[in-house]
Amino acid sequence: MVYDIEIWAKVAAFSGAGLAMGLGATGVAVGEGYTAGKANEGIARNPKMAGDIFKSMLVGQAVAESAAIFALVVAMVLLFSNFTADSFITVIVLFSSGICIGFGAIGSGIGSGFPAGEACLGMARQPEASASLVTNMLIGSAVCQTPSIFALMTSFALLFSNFSQSPVSPTWAAVLGAGLASGIGAIGSGVGGGLVAGASCEGVARTPSTVSLLTKSMLLGQAVTQTTAIYGLLVGFILLFKTFPASDSIVPAMALLASGLCMGIGAIGPGIGEGSTAGSAVKWIARNEESSGVILRMMLVGQAVAESTGIYALVVSLVLIFVV
Amino acid sequence: MAIEGIEIIKAASYLGAGIAMGLGAIGPGVGEGMAAAKACEAIGKNPEEAGLLTRTMLVGQAVTESTGIYALVVALLLLFVV
Repeated sequence: MVYDIEIWAKVAAFSGAGLAMGLGATGVAVGEGYTAGKANEGIARNPKMAGDIFKSMLVGQAVAESAAIFALVVAMVLLFSNFTADSFITVIVLFSSGICIGFGAIGSGIGSGFPAGEACLGMARQPEASASLVTNMLIGSAVCQTPSIFALMTSFALLFSNFSQSPVSPTWAAVLGAGLASGIGAIGSGVGGGLVAGASCEGVARTPSTVSLLTKSMLLGQAVTQTTAIYGLLVGFILLFKTFPASDSIVPAMALLASGLCMGIGAIGPGIGEGSTAGSAVKWIARNEESSGVILRMMLVGQAVAESTGIYALVVSLVLIFVV
Repeated sequence: MAIEGIEIIKAASYLGAGIAMGLGAIGPGVGEGMAAAKACEAIGKNPEEAGLLTRTMLVGQAVTESTGIYALVVALLLLFVV
C-alpha cells in the first residue's frame, strides 16, 4: 500500500496543525488562569478597585493570548493552504512548522500570565500606583512574547522557504531539527522572562517610587534570560539556511536532528533558572533600593554561571552541525 | 538503500550526544538559577555580606554545574570517541 507524496503532505499538514494549536494552547491557558486567579485575590482584598482590576486583567490576558493566536495562525495556514509537495522534505517541513510554534507558544503564554496577575493584585494593594503598574506589566509581558515570536519566525521561514533544490537526505532532518531547536528553545526564556516581569510588578506595588529602577532592572534581567531562546533561533536558522551535501547514509541526518534537539531542550533549564534569579533580584531591589548595585552585580554573576549549560548545549549542537 | 550496522551505531551515538547534552542542561540551568536567586535575596536582606555570599553562591553553583559537565563529557565522548 503506497500513497503518493501529496497524501503524505496533507497528513503532515493536518497533524502539524493539530499539534500547533494543541500544544500552543496549553501555556497560554495556564498563564491566563494565573492572571484571573490573582485578579480575584485582588478584588477580594479591595472590592472598590474591582472595575480597574477587571480591566487590567483583560488587558494582561489579551497580551498573553497573542502566543496562542500565533499558533492559531500557523494552524490555519497549515489547514487551508495548498502546498505543492515536490519532495519528502515538504512533508517534514509542514509537520516541523506546526510543532515549532506549538512548543514555542507554551513558554510565552505561561510567562505573560505572571506580570498580569501580579499587576492585578498590586492594584488592590496600591490603587494610586495603577498607571505605573499597567505600564510596567505591558512592557514586561511584551518582552515575554519575544520567544514565541522567534518560534513564529522559524515556522514561517520553514513554510515559505523553497527546498526543491535541496537533497532529501539529510535536509529532512535539518528542517525537523530547526523546528525543534527554535520551538522547544523558546519555552524556558518565555517562562523565565515572565518570572522577572511578575516580580517587577509585585515590587512596583510594594514601593511605587522605585518604578523606573525596577523597570530598568527587569529589562536587564529579561534580556539575559532571552539569550538561550536566541541560541535556539540561531541554531534553527543555521539548520534552515545552510545547504548540506547529499548523502545516502542515515548518519548526517541523525547528527542534524540531534543538533536541533540538543539546543532546543538545552535552552529550557537556563531560561527558567536565569528568570528565577532575575525575578528574585528585582523583588529585593524593590525592598532594598540602596543595595540595587550589588544585587544587580550578583544577579549578573549568577545568571552567567546558569548560562554555562546553555552554552554547552550550543557548542554540542554546533559541533553536530559543522564538525561531525 | 541498505543501512549498515556501523552507520546505525554512528547515527545512534550522535543522536545520543544531542539528547544527553540537551536533557543534561535542564537541571543545572534551573538549579544554578535558584541558587543565584537565593543569593540575590540574601544580599537584599544583608548587603554587607555581599563578598561572602558571592563566594558561597559560586561554590554552590560549581557543584551544581558538575552534572552539566558530566553531560558534556558524555556528549563529547559519544561524538568523538565511540
